[in-house]
Amino acid sequence: MSLLPSMIEIVRDNWLLLLVGQYPNGPLGGIAATLILSILGIALAFPLSVVMALASLSPWLALRWPVMALVYITRGVPLLLIILWVYFVLPLLIGHSVPAFATMLVTLVGYEAAFLSEIVRAGIQALPTGQMDAARALGHSRLGAMRYVILPQALFNMIPSILSQFVSTIKETTLGYIINVPELTFAAGQINNRLLTKPFEVYFILAISYFIVCWTLTQAINMVERRIAAGRTAGPVAVSALPTTAASVSGA
Amino acid sequence: MKGFGLMAVLLNPEFSRMLVHGVKMTFIMFIGSWLLAMSLGMLLLAIRMLPSRIASGFVAIYVSYHRNVPTLVQLMLWYFGISSLLPDSVQIWLGDHNGEAVFAVIALGLCQAAYFSEDQRSGLRGVPRGQWEAARALGHSYFAAMTYILLPQAVRNAMPALVNHTVFLFKNSSLAMAIGVAELTHAVKEVENQSFRTFETYLIATLVYLICSLLLMWLGHHLEQRSRLAGAV
Repeated sequence: MSLLPSMIEIVRDNWLLLLVGQYPNGPLGGIAATLILSILGIALAFPLSVVMALASLSPWLALRWPVMALVYITRGVPLLLIILWVYFVLPLLIGHSVPAFATMLVTLVGYEAAFLSEIVRAGIQALPTGQMDAARALGHSRLGAMRYVILPQALFNMIPSILSQFVSTIKETTLGYIINVPELTFAAGQINNRLLTKPFEVYFILAISYFIVCWTLTQAINMVERRIAAGRTAGPVAVSALPTTAASVSGA
Repeated sequence: MKGFGLMAVLLNPEFSRMLVHGVKMTFIMFIGSWLLAMSLGMLLLAIRMLPSRIASGFVAIYVSYHRNVPTLVQLMLWYFGISSLLPDSVQIWLGDHNGEAVFAVIALGLCQAAYFSEDQRSGLRGVPRGQWEAARALGHSYFAAMTYILLPQAVRNAMPALVNHTVFLFKNSSLAMAIGVAELTHAVKEVENQSFRTFETYLIATLVYLICSLLLMWLGHHLEQRSRLAGAV
C-alpha cells in the first residue's frame, strides 16, 4: 500500500481539473466555481437578509409574519430538498430550462438569506436599547436611527458571524453535486470515475482540499474576531469613566 | 398536465410503502447517528480535559477536520473511500447488510460528535471555576466531580446549541441519499420518477421534515425551560 505517492500522482495529473474544472474547453468548475458560487451566494443574500431582519423586527404583523414563517421553513427543511424544489419550480416559473449553476445559486441565496437574517436580527437586538432611545431623542426617525446608528454598529459586530456563514456556504455548495453543478466535489467525482481503482485517494484529496480552504478562512475569521473584541473592550473604558447610574447598571 | 392529487400518491400502495420505508430509514439513521455522536462527543470532551498536550491536540485535530470538511464529502470518503480499504470479506458482508446505511450512520455520527463535543466544551467553560474547586475540596474524585457536579451544569449551558445541532443532524440525514441510502429524500426521488407527481411528493416530504424539525425544536425549548434553574436568567 503506497497511499501517499499515488495521491501525489493523482494531484499532479489532475490539479487543473481540481482548480478550475474543464474551464477553457468547458464550464468553469473545481475550487474556482465553488468559491465563486459561495461568494456570489453570500453577497446576494446579505442585502436580502438585512431587509428580512428589519421586517422581522417591524411593529407590523403583516411584515413580521411572512418573514418568520420563511425562516422557520428554511430552518426545518433540509437544504437538499430545497435544491430539489428550486430545480423543479424555477424552470416552471421562468418558462425555460435553467443551468444547474444558476439553480444552485438561487437556492443558496434564499437559504443563506434566512440564516443571515437571524444573525443580523440577533446583532440588532444585542445592542443596548439606549442606542435607539438616544438616536430617537436626537431627532432621528425610526428608519433614520436604524440606518445611521443601529445598523452600522450591529453589522460591524456581526462581521465574524457573517464570515463563518460564508464558510458554511462553501461547505453547502457540495450539495450541488446532486444536481451536477460543476464544482470541486463534481471534479473529484469525474476523477474517481476515470481512475476507478483509487476511490480512497481521490476522496481524501477532496477532503483535504476543502479542509485547506475552510480552515484557512476559519483562522482568518478568528483573527478578525479578536480584533473586533479588542476594539470593543477598548471602547467602554471611556464609558466606564463616567459616573455609573442605576439605569446603566440595569441596562448591562 | 395532471391536476393536483395528493391522494393519488398517498393512496397508491406502492408509493406509500416507499415513503413510509423512507421515513423509517430517516429515523433509524437520525437516532443511530445521534447516539453515536452524543457518546463520542462526551468521550472527546473527556479526552480533551486530560492533562496531556498530545490528547487535547488529537481532539483539536479531530474537531477541526470534521468541522472544516463538508458532511457530504465525509460521507463519500467513508462510503467510496474507506470501504474500499477494508478486507474483501467485510466488504461483501456489508454489501449484503445495507452497508451504505452503516457508513452513513458512522459518517454522520463522527461528524456530529465534533460539534456536540464543542458545544459541551463551551458549556463547561460557562461553569464557574469555583464549582470544580468546591467539588474537589468536598472530596469528590476527578471522575465524580465531572459526572455529578460539572457535566450536568455544562449540559444545561450547552442546551440551546445541542438542540440546534440535533435539528441539523436530522436534516443532514437527507445527505445519505447521495450514497444510496433509501431514506426519505431518496424515496421521494423514486416516487417522483415513477408517478410524475413532483409537486405532491416534494410537498409530502417537505411537510414531514418540517413537522419533525419543528417538533424537535419545540422539545428542545421545553427541555431548556425545564433544566433552567429557578431564578436564573
